[in-house]
Amino acid sequence: MPSIIINDQPVIVAEGTTVLEAAREQKIEIPTLCYNPALEPYGGCRLCVVEVEAGGRPGLQASCTLRATEGLAVRTDSERVKRSRRLTLELMLARSPEVPVLRAMAREHGVKDARFAAENESCILCGQCIRMCAERMGAAAIGIFNRGANRVVSTPFDDLSDVCRTCGACASVCPADCIDFETYGRHPAQPLNSEWNEGLRLRKAISIPFQQAIPKVPVIDPDACVHLNTGACGICSSVCVADAIDYEQADEIVDVNVGSIIVATGFDVLDPTPMEPFGYGRFPNVITNLEFERLSNATGPTSGKLLLRDDQDRYKFTRPPESVAILHCIGSRDVNYHEYCSRTCCMYALKYAHLLKDKCGHDTEVFNFYIDMRCFGKGYEEFLNRVQAEGVRMIRGKAALVTDEALDEDEEGKLVVVAEDTLTAQIVRVPVEMVVLCTAMEARANAPEVARTFGISVGSDGFFLEEHPKLAPVNTPTAGVFLAGACQGPKDIPDTVAQAKAAAAEALALSSAGHVTVAPMISGIDPDICIGCQVCIGLCPYSAIEIDSRRGVSVVNTALCKGCGSCAGWCPSGAAKVEHFTDKQIFAEIEGLLAEGSEG
Amino acid sequence: MSKDFEPTITAFLCNWCTFTAADLAGTSRLSYPANVKIIRMMCSGMVDPKFVLKAFLEGTDGVFIGGCWPGDCHYINGNMKARRRVALLHEVLGRFGVDRDRLWLRWVAASEGNMFAETVEEMTSRLMELGPCEMKGKKVA
Repeated sequence: MPSIIINDQPVIVAEGTTVLEAAREQKIEIPTLCYNPALEPYGGCRLCVVEVEAGGRPGLQASCTLRATEGLAVRTDSERVKRSRRLTLELMLARSPEVPVLRAMAREHGVKDARFAAENESCILCGQCIRMCAERMGAAAIGIFNRGANRVVSTPFDDLSDVCRTCGACASVCPADCIDFETYGRHPAQPLNSEWNEGLRLRKAISIPFQQAIPKVPVIDPDACVHLNTGACGICSSVCVADAIDYEQADEIVDVNVGSIIVATGFDVLDPTPMEPFGYGRFPNVITNLEFERLSNATGPTSGKLLLRDDQDRYKFTRPPESVAILHCIGSRDVNYHEYCSRTCCMYALKYAHLLKDKCGHDTEVFNFYIDMRCFGKGYEEFLNRVQAEGVRMIRGKAALVTDEALDEDEEGKLVVVAEDTLTAQIVRVPVEMVVLCTAMEARANAPEVARTFGISVGSDGFFLEEHPKLAPVNTPTAGVFLAGACQGPKDIPDTVAQAKAAAAEALALSSAGHVTVAPMISGIDPDICIGCQVCIGLCPYSAIEIDSRRGVSVVNTALCKGCGSCAGWCPSGAAKVEHFTDKQIFAEIEGLLAEGSEG
Repeated sequence: MSKDFEPTITAFLCNWCTFTAADLAGTSRLSYPANVKIIRMMCSGMVDPKFVLKAFLEGTDGVFIGGCWPGDCHYINGNMKARRRVALLHEVLGRFGVDRDRLWLRWVAASEGNMFAETVEEMTSRLMELGPCEMKGKKVA
């Protein structure tokens, strides 16, 4: 390992280290513009120059490309170095006087104005973008063209590039923030919307899903990761100091033996995009309930401020709204979508109204368009009264249309909610700046497959069916499988907690009993009648029948038998029968039902 | 065939689906013809062909076997066994001079109370068209 001297200070560094890396390790400041630890050194900006005093070619050399060799002595802050950096900055500033990073660096080094004729280039020609594209992304879609003062970053022939994947890596490293990467390639950019933030914000291909994620580690999106898709990039792995990035990790299926199962698979939120009259997706400030929740959340894209979305940029939020309409029952209590009531919307709509008054000021006008206010819980009605006392306007009538077509000056530039106020029997038009859609809770799209997996049924509304609506609200027809939460039907948090605790108690009761009670309706095979044909063995879905080869008869294992009666329904000799469903009993039932004068 | 002929339907219903659907039809206050007489079975796959024949011999005009939708059987695949048995029974019944449309196998899920009511309705009117079944008391060799 070579030993070098930086500013009279001896340092031992690893083989192959550059002087820049060695100095930065020692917390010695060296300014750079073209250096990026993820990229090969370029020596382009010449800001990182150091003065070699001994052990090398004397004079000024770029430290990013200067390898540390035994006996090398450099100085990073000599007058000669400083003078050189100032001149370099002055020249760069003359080319690009408006680039913030350059201006800040020039100020730091005492360079005020350039003495040279000013140009107005936004690109500082640091070359990070082209190295990123070529070295890391393996695309080499862009390069630097022309010479001298005409140098410019572009695609070959200034044409749309065929190899550009529009990944945006070039723009992500640009210190001058001057790359419009979407103009380079033929492929449209595909923004990675943060799922946790309901698409109000972007995320990277590797990201921590949300602040409270457990375990709190980043995950790689395999669809978006350039490394997993092309083998290129791998920057996260090369910069991770803990060496924790493992591209080989894959989903595993783990078998767990359990005594009971609680199905708590939750719900989906209705996507209001197909409901054209409400304009979701067309108007930037028509948002859903969950989007509002993310705006209101302190860890959300606006740090908890309720702001309007910019008309041009869907990821930018500007100022608090002056008027907001909250539309209830979007997809609930609607024969075209879901007939049922989603139960939660009335109360959270009131919460939103309260939050708007609280966060955006009392002047903010809030309108609730409702069918009926269903404030059924403890303290709910009182909250409705309180919110109304705060000045929230309640309009009894479901909104029919959200439009930006203004009929008068007041409506100009606003979203107009059209509804029938059923208390005054009038059509009302309410101009607002933001519209919140209270979308329905619906059964998860994969509910039928999950139901099939667990042997439970799905009701006509799509939610899982409990065994009995009153007497067995957390049970299912399959013993040991219980339901909790919104997978069984729309419900709010208190109801979900109550049902989940009930399900947990039922599951624990089964475990603590230490034994399982089985239904008495199980099959038996009469050994005196059985001829040992063994067809029942093939029919039994639970492999509960075995042949007793000594006696030549089939025998039912009563612990395994569930009593489906497949054996009894087929047995040619009539030896197999299900307790309580014997031939004699069924025949008696048939005779009784069909006897003359019977009323059934 | 007299106009006031009221057919009798014997229904063998799976406990987990069609029987529950019949229950649901009741609790939902749906109305359906009183012609149906229900016998609860644990599974449609448990319905022995001789139950069906017995019902016809006892004078029923039609038999309705209700099971779970394919793939939804509480006992994995009992409804598929029922389907095979019914296919065989259709053959047998034809030879006895019983119209095969007097034996219906239908899938009705637990949540489909209205479908149970509709099926009974349909079957009743179909049996009215067919008239009384002449099997009662016939001895089978």
